[in-house]
Amino acid sequence: MEQAAYKPGEHPDLPPPSDTVGPIAWVRANLLSSPTNIVLTVLSIWFLYEIIPATLDWAFLDAAFTGESRDECRAKAGGACWAFIGERFNLFTYGFYPADERWRIDLAFVLLCVALLPVLWDRCPLRKYGLYFACAFPFVAGWLLLGGFGLTPVDTDEFGGFMLTLVIGITGITFSLPIGIILALGRQSDMLIVRVFSIWFIEFFRGVPLITLLFVASTMLNYFLPTGTTFDLLLRVLIMVTLFASAYMAEVIRGGLQALPRGQYEAADSMGLKYWTSMRLIILPQALKISIPGIVNTFIGLYKDTTLVIIIGLLDPLGVGRSSLADTKWTGLSNEMYLFVAIFFFISCFGMSRYSLYLEKKLATGHER
Amino acid sequence: MIKSLKIAVIAVALSVAGFSANAATLDDVQARGELNCVVTTGLAGFAAPDENGRWDGFDVDFCRAVAAAVLGDGEKVKFVPSTGKTRFTLLNSGEGDILFRNTTETMSRDADLKLTFLPINYYDGQGFLIRRDMGITSASDLNGASVCIQTGTTTELNLADYFRANGMSYEPVNIETNEEGIANYSGNRCDVYTTDASGLASTRAALDDPSAHVILPEIISKEPLGGAVRHGDDQWADIGKWVVNAIINAEELGVSSANVGEMCAAAGDNPSINRLCGTEGDAGSWVGLDSKWAVRVLEQVGNYGEIFERHIGPNTPLALERGLNAQWTDGGILYAAPIR
Repeated sequence: MEQAAYKPGEHPDLPPPSDTVGPIAWVRANLLSSPTNIVLTVLSIWFLYEIIPATLDWAFLDAAFTGESRDECRAKAGGACWAFIGERFNLFTYGFYPADERWRIDLAFVLLCVALLPVLWDRCPLRKYGLYFACAFPFVAGWLLLGGFGLTPVDTDEFGGFMLTLVIGITGITFSLPIGIILALGRQSDMLIVRVFSIWFIEFFRGVPLITLLFVASTMLNYFLPTGTTFDLLLRVLIMVTLFASAYMAEVIRGGLQALPRGQYEAADSMGLKYWTSMRLIILPQALKISIPGIVNTFIGLYKDTTLVIIIGLLDPLGVGRSSLADTKWTGLSNEMYLFVAIFFFISCFGMSRYSLYLEKKLATGHER
Repeated sequence: MIKSLKIAVIAVALSVAGFSANAATLDDVQARGELNCVVTTGLAGFAAPDENGRWDGFDVDFCRAVAAAVLGDGEKVKFVPSTGKTRFTLLNSGEGDILFRNTTETMSRDADLKLTFLPINYYDGQGFLIRRDMGITSASDLNGASVCIQTGTTTELNLADYFRANGMSYEPVNIETNEEGIANYSGNRCDVYTTDASGLASTRAALDDPSAHVILPEIISKEPLGGAVRHGDDQWADIGKWVVNAIINAEELGVSSANVGEMCAAAGDNPSINRLCGTEGDAGSWVGLDSKWAVRVLEQVGNYGEIFERHIGPNTPLALERGLNAQWTDGGILYAAPIR
């Protein structure tokens, strides 16, 4: 035995017992720690065993990726018919936008990414210029998508697919946040008219289902406006969606404002700051930080609500998918279509959710226990 | 909720329709240079976008025909997709100029919803689709069945009438679109799917194993499908009406997209064809159009037989027979008023 070779207190650390580290220990601790857990683990494994091979088989192994119609798919494979999505991919992406002008949507999308980078990432190089560009982006994108000033004009009724979802979602998100902040501040204002207006606005738009607002936008407005005035349907929808989301946003931010200790407001007052300065420098940064989960929640809700526009006949990805299924070549492939659209929405919404977590972590100032 | 909403919307639509009804739809359409045509969001054979986003189908061709007559170009159509619930509101509120959306003509729609129906362009009837292994061979055995049914349609009302008249009960499974109906039926969420027989044929063809399903022999309703315009503009209604009549008459007279150029080049021996071609008399001017209106329709879209064959006839996946929709001279009931 060599034990004596060590002086007291100088024995090197021994590795931990083999049953407390490594995969085996992880399995024991996490999957088999009690009889209930053992039962649940076995059930889950059985469940996955039932689901995964069948799903893989359907989606990949026995799936047809090429073909001209569903019958050709059927002849090739018994599972999913992805040729349908492949053939319709442009329709899903660009809607009814003229084929020759689709580069404008691509360009707008690339510029969107360029504009978002400095907004979302505070260590972005040249951030100051990036932010200027981000402010100009809505106008650039509007010009690219609608045309005019040298580009062929494109009517908004040719918008559709993912592009329509992004237009409605991003417009709603961009405008609902500032409007929501103003409404939230208005609701807490000492000025009677401002307060009453804010409360009325918020309660009205929160109290009415979005579908109703969309119906009003699509059909009723035409009755109320003077005959002959045409008012773009997409614009009406954008306004309704933005106002609807703003009302929710206002309440989320009001929650953040109320969570701030009163001392913060008093401290701001005692520094002699004017109302807007104190809001900008002291109150809102804290209130918005607290509200991040709620704000992103509203964003995600708004983004997913854009699928409701199918009810008024705008063809978002779901609408495009449903219409495509009516093509006699492809009828009956609803599983593929819904899965494809679900993946798109999942990527977008999961992305927003992860970004909000990153933002919360970055802004954490040690108040958590 | 949706239902009461629908009623509210329609009520308001009705109460103000009188004011907003535009007297000169033809002028509006020509000034706009585009026809707004209300179609379905998608029904196999009748209206669906192809992979390039171009709408295509039986109803769509009637939209294009009207555009060809009025604007000279069948491509100048803006399609307004609508669900069963929104179609009439879209028309009455002025979002659409004309409606071709496999819509059944009924008295309430004609009078109460203030629509003017165009001549029937497809005679349909409601049937039932059921799984063969359920062993049911007649609709009278359907007591207690769960039935997938599109809301806001005449099929919904016919279904209730049929079961009541036969002293049977059913469980409705409400759906919005035909595509949803296929998904629900093939997912076994209802025993029976009921809609117009033309829709059932396409639904059955879309199922994984069509031979495992049967269409029951009973046809429980009359579904005369036709286009519609809103009340208040008789000239516009006449245009719609005579475009449809011209398409049907052309088949009867043997004028098709292939021979229209030759047959209409100069006045021939058949006065009916001459009037259709505008080489004798000036039928177009009676509805505010030029004399070549029907020629453009036939050149760009074709006659009734061609439209039928192209989208829903025996050589398409729908494989519908002409049946009732044959010309009256061929044993059908298609009988268009003469152009004179």
